Amino acid sequence: MNDASLVSAAASASAAPAPAATSPLRASPGRRAWQRFRRNRLALVCLMLLGALVFISLFAELLSNDKPIVVRHNGHYYFPIVQTLPETTFGGDFETPTDYLDPFIREQLAQGDNFAIFPLNPYHHSTINYFSKEPNPAAPSADNWLGTDDRGRDLLARLIYGFRVSIFFAIVVATLCTLLGVLYGAIQGFFAGWTDIAMERFGEIWGSMPQLYMLIIFSALFARSLGLLIVLLVAFDWLLISAYVRAEFLRNRALDYVRAARALGQSRRRIMFRHILPNSLTPVITLVPFMMVGTISALTSLDFLGLGVPPDTPSLGELLSQGKANLDAWWISLSTFVVLVGTLLLLVLVGDALRDALDPRKQLEGAP
Amino acid sequence: MSLLDVRDLRIAFGARTVVDGVSFTLEAGEKLALVGESGSGKTVSAFSLLRLLPDAKLAGSVQFDGRDVLTMDDTAIQQLRGKDIAVVFQEPMTALNPVLRIGAQIAEAITLHEGLAKAAAWQKAIAALARVGIPQPEQRAQSFPHQLSGGQRQRVMIAMALACKPRLLIADEPTTALDVSLRQQILELLDDLRRETGMAILLITHDLNLVRRFADRVAVMERGHLVEQGDTQSVMLAPQHPYTQKLVASRPQRTVGPAGTGLVLSADKLSVDYSVPGKGLRGWFQRQHFRAVSEVSLQLAPGETLGVIGESGSGKTSLAMALLHLHGSQDKVHGEIRVGDATWRTADRAAQRRLRRIVQVVFQDPLSSLSPRRTIEQIVGEGLEIHEPALNAEARRMRVEQALRDVELTEAGEVAPLLARYPHEFSGGQRQRIAIARALVLKPQIVILDEPTSALDVTIQQQILQLLARLQSQLGLSYVLVTHDIDVVRAMAHRVMVMKDSQVVEAGTLDDVLGAPRSDYTKMLVASAG
Repeated sequence: MNDASLVSAAASASAAPAPAATSPLRASPGRRAWQRFRRNRLALVCLMLLGALVFISLFAELLSNDKPIVVRHNGHYYFPIVQTLPETTFGGDFETPTDYLDPFIREQLAQGDNFAIFPLNPYHHSTINYFSKEPNPAAPSADNWLGTDDRGRDLLARLIYGFRVSIFFAIVVATLCTLLGVLYGAIQGFFAGWTDIAMERFGEIWGSMPQLYMLIIFSALFARSLGLLIVLLVAFDWLLISAYVRAEFLRNRALDYVRAARALGQSRRRIMFRHILPNSLTPVITLVPFMMVGTISALTSLDFLGLGVPPDTPSLGELLSQGKANLDAWWISLSTFVVLVGTLLLLVLVGDALRDALDPRKQLEGAP
Repeated sequence: MSLLDVRDLRIAFGARTVVDGVSFTLEAGEKLALVGESGSGKTVSAFSLLRLLPDAKLAGSVQFDGRDVLTMDDTAIQQLRGKDIAVVFQEPMTALNPVLRIGAQIAEAITLHEGLAKAAAWQKAIAALARVGIPQPEQRAQSFPHQLSGGQRQRVMIAMALACKPRLLIADEPTTALDVSLRQQILELLDDLRRETGMAILLITHDLNLVRRFADRVAVMERGHLVEQGDTQSVMLAPQHPYTQKLVASRPQRTVGPAGTGLVLSADKLSVDYSVPGKGLRGWFQRQHFRAVSEVSLQLAPGETLGVIGESGSGKTSLAMALLHLHGSQDKVHGEIRVGDATWRTADRAAQRRLRRIVQVVFQDPLSSLSPRRTIEQIVGEGLEIHEPALNAEARRMRVEQALRDVELTEAGEVAPLLARYPHEFSGGQRQRIAIARALVLKPQIVILDEPTSALDVTIQQQILQLLARLQSQLGLSYVLVTHDIDVVRAMAHRVMVMKDSQVVEAGTLDDVLGAPRSDYTKMLVASAG
């Protein structure tokens, strides 16, 4: 009578060409999913690349900054990257913070024993290159490797910081959506009945509000900020997660292991969080990368429309709209496009492999 | 020349060989049973006769009426499927298309293979339905699958398979999803149709009772090998191969001791009303009730087993859930259930928790009753965390290990290496032992067994029943054994209760009820169990 499951197990075993290298039997379900994920070479490379990029972007200030990391001037050592030093320190005339890109300061720092170690790309995302040899937007050159935007800001610096803003924005939104959605869906699915009906109707009403109008209205009412955007995106995106969690809870609560826990006298809260929740998270985990893709796209399009982040924040969407306004400055659109597509592609490939690894039909693989 | 001649059939999925060197023949009009436990390769072998498994690598030869099935092109095999060789699947609900009228589904097969016009095909479909004994076939042809009962659906499947007068019918566990009383009818129907049309039948089953009654010849499979074949009488009476001997001897043996005296559990005029949505507009506001158990009374003594027999829908599982106080929150339970001195109804939360310790449960499907993401130690130890919070981790582990030893679940005599494993690492029988250990670790007095062996293979079933019987006599446990299987009741129960349509039809001691049944229903049950 179980031959049908044998057939499907065998079929899925043959669908994956490489059999398990290490025994998948002696491991928790999560570990087995990881082993299946690892078998997908492309996704593994994507995940590592994505992880490396995110990690590196954490140190963007050390990579791309208009302040030197270390300066030696007349026998004194300075760390301008963490210090604010007036120009007078280096023989300038004013008490204002030093502009290290000023040819005069550069000259001062090159005299005698003096030296300055600049980051790899000596521009911050807000640095305007006043000393550019070409009018803005300037084409790629030895000074600005990817050129500058129409305000004379270094494009590479904008992209590095813009990537960081996008990816962390997506991580925050996805995390908050997951927390909210799991909690809401769990309560719905676990208590079912009237609780479920009432919460479901609320969710439907909430979800039918026009998100874009709300964004426009709120960006008119309040000062534009990342925090406001996070609140507004989370306010609507959690609905998707809660729908999945609700369905999983409704399915799992009727299974025998939940009834067995009730027969043991286990409390409702424990049953919910200890028994049903871990078994309901699979679709949520699968959704997270795609949700991040959606969030990055949403942020980019809002910025493109000018409804997104505050004007001085580095943003990929704002660069795209600059690219549209300056079609002859091909380097703006092209490099932004490459960064955006690269990021989204990495996320999609990782998400795709994750979905395969967590596919319940493949859980049977290698089962006794 | 034989109708079907299978020689040295080998089937592999990827690198794994699931069937290795199977040979058998089938003559026209003959009934051959392919027997084996789950994973023996019997279904895979039968489906390969039609090349129905796209991922399977096939080798050897399958000659049907002198033509080699394995080498013929796709057009030819499509002609063969449904026309010359037809299949009846195990689960009629999933094998029928739920959004097509059954008449249309049968007519489709007829149009496909005989090229008839729509009206003519429809007429033939009605005739096919009449032939399999569906009443009012003209009206029934207009029904959707969900409007039919399980037995009727299986008849529709058979009508569909036979519509084109196949010469070979492959029946994959055709009666497993049906109730006992229907099994007999379906088998008789198949046999009548075979006599009428002279087709051969290849029956795939794990049920030896079915084989005894139905097949001319039997072929026994074990782990992809065909270990024995011959005519049914001689194989069943004098099996040669050790595996066949084990299989034939696996009919449950009675090893239980006598029951004690006293009273641990009683129910008085217990009724369970299920809450179901009402019909029409009023259903939006009012819920209606469906009586699943009606006025059932029972008593259970220490060390006694009460067998509750019934078909699906008879209310036996609802009764078990009510005894466990696990019915749905909107369902109503009337009547009194006494566990020792307490009742579920009057107990407060703390008292209910104490009762949970006394009454434990083992479910039918050990895979779904164990959370896949928890280790064995966590699963078995959970009850201790709730009921004996004073135990420290070390003491709790000792108790868990003891419970696993009690259910004889060890690896090379050791329990410790099993604790950190997950349920998927165990076989079905081992999982059921874990579920029993989870109940036992609390030292309960009463264990409700809800079809404890029906998801297991026959040889494993026997081991689990013996374990339950031994635990009963050692620990003085009382069982309420809910099952549809008379053999299991015969092996385990002291007293028997037969349920049908939410009522108790007959109750009494085992010998009285099964030895001298009074009601027609019980008589039919006993007769069909052979």
